[in-house]
Amino acid sequence: MLESQSHKVTKSQDKCKIKNLVFIFLTCVLYLVHCDLFAQSISSTELINNAKLYDGKTVVYAGEVIGDIMVRHEFAWINVHDGNNAIGIWLSKDLTKDIQYKGSYKAKGDWVEVTGIFQRACLQHGGDLDIHAQSIRKIKSGSVVPEELYFNKGYIVVILSVGLLLIWILTLLKHR
Amino acid sequence: MILRPNLEDIKNIGYYLGKIILGLGLTMLVPIVIGVAFGEINPILDFLISLEIALIIGLVLTKVCFMEKDLNWMQGMIVVSLAWLVAMALGAIPLYLSGHWKSYLDACFDSMSGFATTGLVLVCGLDHLSYTHNLWRHLIMFIGGQGIVIVALSFFVKGFSGAFKMYVGEARDERILPNVINTARFIWAVSIVYLILGTLALGIVGLLNGMKPINAFFHGACVFMAAFDTGGFTPQSQNILYYHSLPFELVTIVIMVLGAMNFKLHYHIWMGNRKEIFKNIETVTLFITVLATFFITAVGLNQLHTYPKAIMLLRKGFYQLISGHTGTGYQTIYAPQFINEWSHLAIVGVILAMALGGAVCSTTGAIKMLRVGIIFKALVQDIKKIILPDRAIVLQKFHHIKNSFLEDRQVRAMLLITLLYLVLYGIGSIVGMWFGYPFLSSLFESTSAAANVGLSCGITNVDMPAALKITYIFQMWAGRLEFMAVFTLAGFVVAAIRGK
Repeated sequence: MLESQSHKVTKSQDKCKIKNLVFIFLTCVLYLVHCDLFAQSISSTELINNAKLYDGKTVVYAGEVIGDIMVRHEFAWINVHDGNNAIGIWLSKDLTKDIQYKGSYKAKGDWVEVTGIFQRACLQHGGDLDIHAQSIRKIKSGSVVPEELYFNKGYIVVILSVGLLLIWILTLLKHR
Repeated sequence: MILRPNLEDIKNIGYYLGKIILGLGLTMLVPIVIGVAFGEINPILDFLISLEIALIIGLVLTKVCFMEKDLNWMQGMIVVSLAWLVAMALGAIPLYLSGHWKSYLDACFDSMSGFATTGLVLVCGLDHLSYTHNLWRHLIMFIGGQGIVIVALSFFVKGFSGAFKMYVGEARDERILPNVINTARFIWAVSIVYLILGTLALGIVGLLNGMKPINAFFHGACVFMAAFDTGGFTPQSQNILYYHSLPFELVTIVIMVLGAMNFKLHYHIWMGNRKEIFKNIETVTLFITVLATFFITAVGLNQLHTYPKAIMLLRKGFYQLISGHTGTGYQTIYAPQFINEWSHLAIVGVILAMALGGAVCSTTGAIKMLRVGIIFKALVQDIKKIILPDRAIVLQKFHHIKNSFLEDRQVRAMLLITLLYLVLYGIGSIVGMWFGYPFLSSLFESTSAAANVGLSCGITNVDMPAALKITYIFQMWAGRLEFMAVFTLAGFVVAAIRGK
């Protein structure tokens, strides 16, 4: 009797353990899925349109560094454009050392992956939507974009110049 | 009976239009110089093509339509309305050639947005645009803010009485100096002085913000031109958010407010009459409406706790509001944030501010402060008439440079223009809703376009329907010219078709 009771107890304990293990396993899976969601690079459109959802969370954001690196004491601002929008990244000055190219007319900027805390309305920066970077990784180096001369445009300039000259001569002749 | 316009009318319009096109073409020399300085070959070619097209059209028109007759009112108004359309078409050529605009219509949209000092944009890859094209985008705001015709009046047209008709056609009905040419030159002098000071101020702030010197001063000049002319373009896609700088925002606020002030008031302040700023009906009305609309916006922002701290609410809320009220359109938030994060009440506060605008004879659009002030005074007068005994004579005074008595004729004119603006805001909203956009977003974007503001809640983008782009172009054009020149052109077309 007692044996059967103790057997029942151990059985129920085992069940409980299994339940706990399943619960822990599921929690871990959910957590990993959750982490994975944010570990994947999130687009600027997603961040801006769902700013409240991501507010205060660690996100990974990737894009091209555009414009200037604006150093402010020990920190710096860079703006990273993912093809839709640019988002300001606040980071330690040291983290900008690897950035060589900044996107402009004559350059394709470095493509970087930023991991940091997303702020919908940053307390430190007067309510700006920004990311405070914890780490930054250069995915692809930028380059200088050599200006390709469009000869067609050159031909149009020459043709129009001839036309303009003719009209000018005609108006001079008409004056006389 | 409607009279069909005769050949003389058409030739006279063509002649002055040709002169304005020549003037406009020559302004393209400025970006060419910048292109040479920065060694940007393709952009130089874009501007050479555009310059030559403008010169050819201008020369042909001035020679074919050569007349030495002064403009009458109808001709003056038509020259102005056509000049703005031609300017849009010519100004769009270099933009389109750059390859940063998906279609010529998109380039025309941005060109009109620039000339009309609106600030809505359809450009793609702005962060990779050349210095040459970027300067042009801001220069057209500077030219449009002063008035395209004023550019021609100041430099290319010798004194003639028709100048005043074109000056009025560009929604400038106040002469600062007795001679309209001198008035135009004064407006330029004020703008150039402020351009130098503003560029220096923004450039220094940019340097302190960590920008490269060349970029700091280039951005300074561009942002000044767009802020003083209450335009709203910036050289980068993030607008003012790019700079992440409170001092930069503060300097732009000062410049925007200066741009929203009447040039006549600038003249009196320059002449030492500083008290005028505290007495003038426009500045008093501006002060009251800014406070009132900010109160509405702040209460709205507080409803949803959009900004948890007062300083953030002040920085974000007040900046968008003053930018909207002055008709500039500079933003320190992303367009979708208006709809996603701001309450309806806060958005209504900004819409009201945009709809009211700045001073007359300034670079702003919208209903404007003189009209708002006078309509309010007229309302007070009418209430007094009801309250006071029948025999009482109620006179209402207002101060605008000098003390004047309110006249019914004046009130009627002010109410008429106000009504037309409200209709224009409404038309754009209906078209927006027609294409499936929500009411508040449609009203926001429509008011922004018609009042030449440039704040966007996200409707304005490359993928929006072409018909909506054309609607906004029309709103920007009609709103900038304050309707009369547009109506005259419509009447002219009707007369040409149905006249005898």
